[in-house]
Amino acid sequence: MSVTRAPKTARAPRSGSDSRRAFRQGRLALLLLLPSLVVVFGIVVYPLLRTLYTSLFDVNSAFPGTYPFSGLGNYLRAVQSGEFWAAIGRTFYFTLSTTVLEVVFGVLLALLLNAEFRGRWLLRSIVILPWALPTVVNGAMWRWIFNPEYGALNALLTQLQVIPEYRSWLGTPWMALNMIVVADVWKMTPLAAFFVLAALQTIPRDLYEAAWVDGAGKVRSFFSITLPLLTPTILIVLVLRTMEAFKVFDLVYVMTRGGPANGTQTIAYYTYVEAFSNQLFGYGAALAYIIALFILFFAITYMRLLRRGEVEY
Amino acid sequence: MKTDKGFGGLRRFSRREFLGIGAASGAGLLLAGCGGGQQGGSGTLNALFMKQAAYSEDNVRSMTKEFQSHNPDIKVNLTFVAYEALHDKIVAAAPAGTYDTVLVDVVWPAEFGSKNMIMDITARFPETERNRILGGALQTTEYEDKYYGVPWILDTKYFFYNRDMLSKAGVQPPDTWEGVADAARAIKSAGVVKYPLIWSWAQAEALMCDYATLLGAFGGTFFDGDKPTFNTGGGLEALEFMRMTLDEGLSNPASTESIEEDVRRVFSQGQAAMALNWTYMFSLANDPAESQVAGKVDIAHTPSGPSGAPGVNGSMGMAVSRGSQNQDAAWKYVQFMTSQKVQNKYAKLSLPIWKSSYEDKQVVNALPEVVPVAKEQLKDMILRPVVPQYNEVSSTMQVEIQKALSGDKTPKQALDDAAKSVSTALQRS
Repeated sequence: MSVTRAPKTARAPRSGSDSRRAFRQGRLALLLLLPSLVVVFGIVVYPLLRTLYTSLFDVNSAFPGTYPFSGLGNYLRAVQSGEFWAAIGRTFYFTLSTTVLEVVFGVLLALLLNAEFRGRWLLRSIVILPWALPTVVNGAMWRWIFNPEYGALNALLTQLQVIPEYRSWLGTPWMALNMIVVADVWKMTPLAAFFVLAALQTIPRDLYEAAWVDGAGKVRSFFSITLPLLTPTILIVLVLRTMEAFKVFDLVYVMTRGGPANGTQTIAYYTYVEAFSNQLFGYGAALAYIIALFILFFAITYMRLLRRGEVEY
Repeated sequence: MKTDKGFGGLRRFSRREFLGIGAASGAGLLLAGCGGGQQGGSGTLNALFMKQAAYSEDNVRSMTKEFQSHNPDIKVNLTFVAYEALHDKIVAAAPAGTYDTVLVDVVWPAEFGSKNMIMDITARFPETERNRILGGALQTTEYEDKYYGVPWILDTKYFFYNRDMLSKAGVQPPDTWEGVADAARAIKSAGVVKYPLIWSWAQAEALMCDYATLLGAFGGTFFDGDKPTFNTGGGLEALEFMRMTLDEGLSNPASTESIEEDVRRVFSQGQAAMALNWTYMFSLANDPAESQVAGKVDIAHTPSGPSGAPGVNGSMGMAVSRGSQNQDAAWKYVQFMTSQKVQNKYAKLSLPIWKSSYEDKQVVNALPEVVPVAKEQLKDMILRPVVPQYNEVSSTMQVEIQKALSGDKTPKQALDDAAKSVSTALQRS
C-alpha cells in the first residue's frame, strides 16, 4: 500500500524548483554513500597514502613524532640489499611452484570429482576440508607432521621403508622451503579443484559424444575439448593463487619463522621482520609498496591474458 | 551559510561538522582516559606475559589472583604469548597503550628504553631496594644508568645430563666442553643414544643464548666498543665447536630447527644425553607426567672452556609501558609480582631475584638440587650485546651462524659476514 502511494506524494510538490529537488536528491545520495566512503577512505585510501608517506621517512619507532626525511632512500636500500633480492627469489620460487602444483592437482582432482561414482558427495565434502582449515591451524598441523622426533611423516616413511632413519624436514633451508610448499599445496588445491569442477559441469555432454563419434579417445577429448574450455577458469585460479602466494606470511610465521638461515624468509615475512622486529617502519613501508607494485604487475598481466582468453561455446 | 545549493555547500558543511564531531569525541576519549589515570592505583590493568619457560601460566594466574585479593579495586587482565612473539607484540601494541605492564627480556631495555616505549622507573626503585637484588638480575632492566623495570625472572642456561646414559657409556659427568665432546663420542659409540646432544639452534633468540654461553667459555667477546669482535678468538672457536659436534654426529641435526621447548621434549623422551636449558627444565624433566627420564636428570654448572664457564644472562623484567593510562596501579602490580614474598613462594620453576632468598628454607626446599648450583652459576654470567639495535644484530648473527651450521659457509666466513652487516646496522642509527 504505502509502496504504491509513495510516488504520488513525491510527485505532488512538483511545482517546487528543480534545483531544490536536485539538491535534496544529491544530499540523499551523499548520505547513502557516506558509510561506504568512510569505509573505503578509512581502511583503503588513508592507509595507502599514510604508508607512502611513512616510506619516505626514517621512521624507527611506532610512536608518532618527527623523523628525518629520506626521500627514496628506503627504496634504494631495498634494491641494493642482497637479503631483499634473496627474499624476492624465494617468493618467486614459492609462488611458481605452489601455483603450478595447485592447478595441476586441482584439475586432476576436479576430473575425479566430476566422474560418476557412488559416494561422490562424500568425497566432494571431504576434499573441501583442507581449504576450510584456518591457515594458522594448517601451519601448526604440518609443523607437527614434519617434526623430526615425533612427526607423522618420519614414522610413515620409515615404516614404509622409504627412508632408513628419521630425518629433519625443516632443519635445512632448501628442504624447509619445499616443505612449506607442500603445506600450501595441500591446503589450497581444493580451491582450484572446485573452481575447475564448476567449469567442468558447464561443458555440454554432446561435445564429448560428437568427439567420440569422430573417433577421439579419452586423452584426445581431454586436450581438445576439456582443457581449452577450462582455460578461462584456470586463468582465474592462476590470478587468485599467484597474488595470494606472493603475499605468503602466516604459513612461514607458524612453521619456521623464516629460518633456518633465512631459507624460508619470503618477501612478506622480510617486511614484517624489518618493520616490527627491527622497528624500521619507514623501510618496512617501502618494502610493502614494492610488494604492492609486484602484485599490480601480476594483476595487469593476467587481466590482459584473461581478456584475450575469452572462449565461446 | 552562504552557499546552500548543490554539493559545494554540502561538502563544506559535512566536513566541518565531521571534524567537529571527531574533535569532540576525541576530546571526550582523552578526558575519559585522563580520568582513569587520576584515580591513582585503581581500575583495570592489562598485563602481557609469555607462555614458556620460568613461571608457568598457572603460576602467574595465581600470583595475580593473590594481588587482586589484596587490591580489590584493581582488576588485572592477563595475556600470554609465545616468547618468539613477545617483542613484536610489545612494539605493535605500544602506540595504542594496550598493555599497562609488559614482560621484557634482558636484551630489550636498550631498545625500548631509548625509544621511550617503557617507563624509566629509577625514581620509584630506590637504591636500598636495588642493593638487595642479585647483580645479574639487576642488569636486566638497566640501560645507561637508568632502570626501565624491575627484574622478575632470574635465569641462566644450566647444563643438564641424563645420569643413566652417562653411566651406561662409562663416563663421568663432564665439566669442560672438551669433556662434553668426549663424553658424547663415548655415548654415541656405546650405542646408548644416536645423538647425545640436543641444542636450541633454530633461527631464534634461543640460538644466541647457546652461542653466548659457548663464546664466554671460549673467551670471546661480542664487541669492543662499537667494533664487532665475535668473529675472532673465542667467538670463532665457539662456532667451530658447534659445527664440529654436528659434523661428527654428536649433536642432533634437528637442533637447527629446535627452540628450548623442543630441547626439553627430546631430552625428556630420552633421546639425548646432555643439553643446555633454563632452570624450568629441571622440574619438568624430573616430573613423571612430563618426562620418560624422570629421576635420572641432573643439573650442573655450565661446562668450562679455556676462559671459564659463564652462563648466559637470560633474565627478564617487568616494565610499565609508556602508553599506560594507569601507571600507579601498574607499578603496584609490578611491585607485588616481583616482591620477595611472592617469588619465594613460586621458586619451583624460577628462582628469586633477591639475595637473601637463597638462604630461605622455602626456596632451598623447593629446589634442593638446583639452589647450590644456581648460587655459583648466577654469580658468573655473560650478557648479550646491550645495544638499541639488538634485534637486528641478533637476527643477522642467527642467520650467519645457521649458514655455518648447515655447511653453507665456513665458520670464519659466516662470522666475518655477520660482523660486516652488524657494523652497518650499528652505524645506521
